[in-house]
Amino acid sequence: MSFSVTEPTNGTKWFAGLLVVAYAIITLVPLLWIIATGFKSPTDSIAYPPVVVFEPTLEGYVNLFTDRTRATDDMIEAAGPPETWYDEIARSRGTVITGPSRYGERFLNSVIIGFGSTFLCMVLGTAAAYAFSRFRVPLKDDLLFFILSTRMMPPIAVSIPIFLMFRNLGLNDTHLGMILLYTAVNLSLSVWLLKGFIDEIPMEYEEAALIDGYTRFQAFYKVVLPQAATGIASTAIFCLIFAWNEYAFAVLLTSGTAQTAPPFIPNIIGVNGKDWPAVAAGATIFLVPVMVFTVLLRKHLLRGITFGAVRK
Amino acid sequence: MAQIRIENVRKDFGAFNAVKSSSFTIEDGEFFMLLGPSGCGKTTTLRMMAGLELPTSGEIYIDGEEVGQKPASQRDIAFVFQMFALYPHMNVRKNISYPLQSQGMAKPAVKQKVAEIADILGISDILDRPVGGLSGGDRQRVALGRAIVRDPKAFLMDEPLGALDAEFREHMSEELRALHDRMGATTVYVTHDQLEAMQMGDKIVVMNHGVVEQFGIPQEIYDWPATKFVAQFIGSPPMNFLEFNGAVGANAEQVEFAEAKFAIPKHRDGAKGALTFGIRPEHIALDDSAPYRGVVLAVEYLGTTQIVTLDTPNGTIKARATSNDAVRIGQRTGLRFDPRTISIFGADGHVLKSAANERVVTHG
Repeated sequence: MSFSVTEPTNGTKWFAGLLVVAYAIITLVPLLWIIATGFKSPTDSIAYPPVVVFEPTLEGYVNLFTDRTRATDDMIEAAGPPETWYDEIARSRGTVITGPSRYGERFLNSVIIGFGSTFLCMVLGTAAAYAFSRFRVPLKDDLLFFILSTRMMPPIAVSIPIFLMFRNLGLNDTHLGMILLYTAVNLSLSVWLLKGFIDEIPMEYEEAALIDGYTRFQAFYKVVLPQAATGIASTAIFCLIFAWNEYAFAVLLTSGTAQTAPPFIPNIIGVNGKDWPAVAAGATIFLVPVMVFTVLLRKHLLRGITFGAVRK
Repeated sequence: MAQIRIENVRKDFGAFNAVKSSSFTIEDGEFFMLLGPSGCGKTTTLRMMAGLELPTSGEIYIDGEEVGQKPASQRDIAFVFQMFALYPHMNVRKNISYPLQSQGMAKPAVKQKVAEIADILGISDILDRPVGGLSGGDRQRVALGRAIVRDPKAFLMDEPLGALDAEFREHMSEELRALHDRMGATTVYVTHDQLEAMQMGDKIVVMNHGVVEQFGIPQEIYDWPATKFVAQFIGSPPMNFLEFNGAVGANAEQVEFAEAKFAIPKHRDGAKGALTFGIRPEHIALDDSAPYRGVVLAVEYLGTTQIVTLDTPNGTIKARATSNDAVRIGQRTGLRFDPRTISIFGADGHVLKSAANERVVTHG
């Protein structure tokens, strides 16, 4: 058999395949566990040893989206026959639905704050990265280091000053406050990543556009942005994932109006005993937007992660 | 089309001085070469004409209008980049029509104009292809198309053939020159390749260390270099320098060194001390009866001619001889220099004025 530098041997291919499968199992099992638990009954969810084959139920989802109260059999009977399928599930557990839960609002808050901060981060990050990449900015290196240094400690380390600041500014428990906070935390990452991507775009493209009669802004908008799309997409995913999953600041700074889903989900546990299926259902739904966003941008993400190292 | 006039233009990048007080004029319709080694300021000079860099001081006139501090978009010039800089996210047609769109030209007119240009350049069949997959030559043609499509006042080209392989360069340079002759457009062309400059240019500016060394038509620059730098940079092999200590009187018609006398063009300037006697390889004849002698060190055969390297009392020189002359390595021979073609350089590297070169060389 001839030896080739570029073509792996069969043994290597098998080994690589096994590694990928093993890694996939390690990362996917907890995810599958959460998704499965969402469809389990409360008894199945805490069974030991764990049940793998079970009768699926939507009880967890019903409990997630509704507020219920415990009722006696007489009361249930007096209320008449159940009107909907979810009424039926609730009554089979000796409860009646009193109204929708706050999960929907919290989820919407997460969407507003997560995507809002990501958008703001991209706008400011791209502009700053472009300036750092193209213009002679005084103290450029020092400024870039300063921007990076804001990420050198865990953001939560400054939670007390931020809490006090937010209280004095009236930003506690507001959408605007959370958007600004997540933008501030993510901006350093996005400036650095985007600067790398913009540096890779030859300056000649913009110069060609300038000579073709366009203004600097038009050249930026029509020539640089399409070129940087890959970088912008992958940076946006990183920013969104951080803002979407952030827990500590959300617990500290939000309680009502602007509370996001992460601090809300654990609250479900305490309402009617340990309702693991409802928690799992909340987590499952919470995964969906980031997953959709990532899948939509995955083509860019894959190209983006190589950082333009491969160039035609 | 337009005349471009550069007056006392200077460019500093921080403490680094890229271009020192340059002045020259590019006449309407000229094919003008900016020639020099890398880092000599030629590209910076071109970029200042384009408006991609603003001069630190001095004026740039395009068509009589002072544009030194105007942005590129207001100068109505076209620029061809070395790496072509075609917009990678657009196809060929869009690339060529992009400059017209910025002028707000109506769509049917754009379409017609693009078709016309594509026809001139022979790229009609690739108009709807993405630029990514094009060959070097086609990219070059698209880049030219984008430049000529809006009939600018001038074309500025920054080593446009530098990214092509040698075989294709030759072809493209002819195509470029033919295109220029057809359109009669003022063209400024930056190159570090002296052959390209002489082959294509109507006029050449030779720059070095941010200074304009000489400015004129190719033949004058080749025959009557103003400085030792120009003499060495232009010509392959370059002009030979015989260093000697001696004197040239004003009105002298000969110079003496190494116990030999050499006739030279009647000199206007006199000088003495460390001087340099400059002569092109093709003006040296191997003639055994000549008093000045050298020993053959090497022979390079080039087809119709051969380059003979000789050791002389004043350094190593190269002579160009016809290839049917029999020359042996180690042979001792006399050297005769054509007196009409000699330049003498002073210690500062500038040529001394003589009856032969005074028309060409002006000391600034």
